[in-house]
Amino acid sequence: MDTHEHIVSSYEEELSSLNNKIAKMGGLAEQVLGQSIDALEGRDPDLAAATIQQDEAIDMLEKEIEEQAIVMIARRQPLAYDLRQIMAALRISTELERIGDLGKNIAKRALAVVGEQQPKQLMLGLKHMGELALGQLKEVLDAYIERDADRALKVWYTDEDVDAMYNSLFRELLTYMMEDPRNIGLCTHLLFGAKNIERVGDHATNIAETVYFLVHGKAITDQRPKSDNTSSTPVPLRSAG
Amino acid sequence: MNPLIQTDVKQPTGATDTATLPQKVSVRRLNFYYGEYRALADINVSLYQNKVTAFIGPSGCGKSTLLRILNRIYDLYPNQRAEGEVLLDGENILRPAQDVNLLRAKVGMVFQKPTPFPMTIYENVAFGVRLYEQLSKADLDARVEDSLRRGALWDEVKEKLEASGLSLSGGQQQRLCIARTVAIKPEVILLDEPCSALDPISTAKIEELIDVLKRDYTIAIVTHNMQQAARTSDYTAFMYLGELVEFDNTTQIFTNPRMERTQDYITGRFG
Repeated sequence: MDTHEHIVSSYEEELSSLNNKIAKMGGLAEQVLGQSIDALEGRDPDLAAATIQQDEAIDMLEKEIEEQAIVMIARRQPLAYDLRQIMAALRISTELERIGDLGKNIAKRALAVVGEQQPKQLMLGLKHMGELALGQLKEVLDAYIERDADRALKVWYTDEDVDAMYNSLFRELLTYMMEDPRNIGLCTHLLFGAKNIERVGDHATNIAETVYFLVHGKAITDQRPKSDNTSSTPVPLRSAG
Repeated sequence: MNPLIQTDVKQPTGATDTATLPQKVSVRRLNFYYGEYRALADINVSLYQNKVTAFIGPSGCGKSTLLRILNRIYDLYPNQRAEGEVLLDGENILRPAQDVNLLRAKVGMVFQKPTPFPMTIYENVAFGVRLYEQLSKADLDARVEDSLRRGALWDEVKEKLEASGLSLSGGQQQRLCIARTVAIKPEVILLDEPCSALDPISTAKIEELIDVLKRDYTIAIVTHNMQQAARTSDYTAFMYLGELVEFDNTTQIFTNPRMERTQDYITGRFG
């Protein structure tokens, strides 16, 4: 980054420590999300259990970041870009903590579907959607580290893709359930899993907004494209069975 | 150049919400010289009616010099001269015909170090009033009380008005100086680092006072304390090496300044 350094070097160190904690937390959130999707896809109870455990480290980091931010506000009385850096760290840590929770939820569903014997093909859509959300998360975290508002803006615009994929997955899973009621248990879990992944996309978008604010000192003014319309998608009951 | 700072704004005076505000003081193309040395270069800035404007910047940037021009205190020193215009209600106060005593009654000043006169608390306030007005004893008493109330000092000194002004604490002395300034009914009050010698409680009292006083007066404050500028002012001017770098509403300056140099200064970075 190309800002001048603080005259007080300990201030500089505190800011970079905050930055590093966000980076670490982001890495962990990526890991939890990735593993939870793998565990669900592979119906792997061990990986699911380990992933659920890992979420605790994310929660711990969120607390650390919050405490550090409060102390810095009290002691440094940050202004301008410094103030925005601290506010951004606080906001992003909250988003990452939520992403960790969503990963944990997916991992719990992986434990619930361990006994299900349906073909793996059912999992493909979810896996693909997970990869997309994971890519968004990775991209927005890189944008944060690089203080790259344009990159963040791209993530913000492409959340639409995750939403679109969620819509199509929703329909696909509905079809599987209508085809064979034995799929209903698994597909319901997968639907919730997909909803969790869609929420990860929303959190990545929130992080993108924060990165933009961090860099420019103002909010993104555009209307965000939003295309999760599953809440208004009718279920064609008559064609079932 | 720092990519994070938007540098497309060339104008140092970036405030966008001042268009409809009445200008109490308007500084135009002001240059100021200490002998041959140019201490201020082409300053254009306004003090808006009933607003607090903070002047910030490193030592020697010219902010106190600017304040000293606004009531022509610099006249008291040889070899100092100002060029350009300083309009108070549209009248150029730099013109030779300006009655400086009248000007200083209209534009009061409070200095960094409390400077009570070596006389009683009552006389400290009454002294200036007598120079400009002939009041009956009862009216003068009322003016002194009102001024000490405006200075948020009345309750602490009402029982000892005959005590020496010098017997007060530093914070009380400074409020006495503000009361003294207010007593002659100025229109503009200039505060030159009024809290730099005061403890936090006294500072808070002065800041509360500034909030109250701005209802009736236009205020300019020079301060080295960024938080104080952020807390007390409506507009902030950042000066550097005799130039006005950025002027904007205080919220903008302290959350998202336009100029890189402003940001470096207020966040304590090497520029």
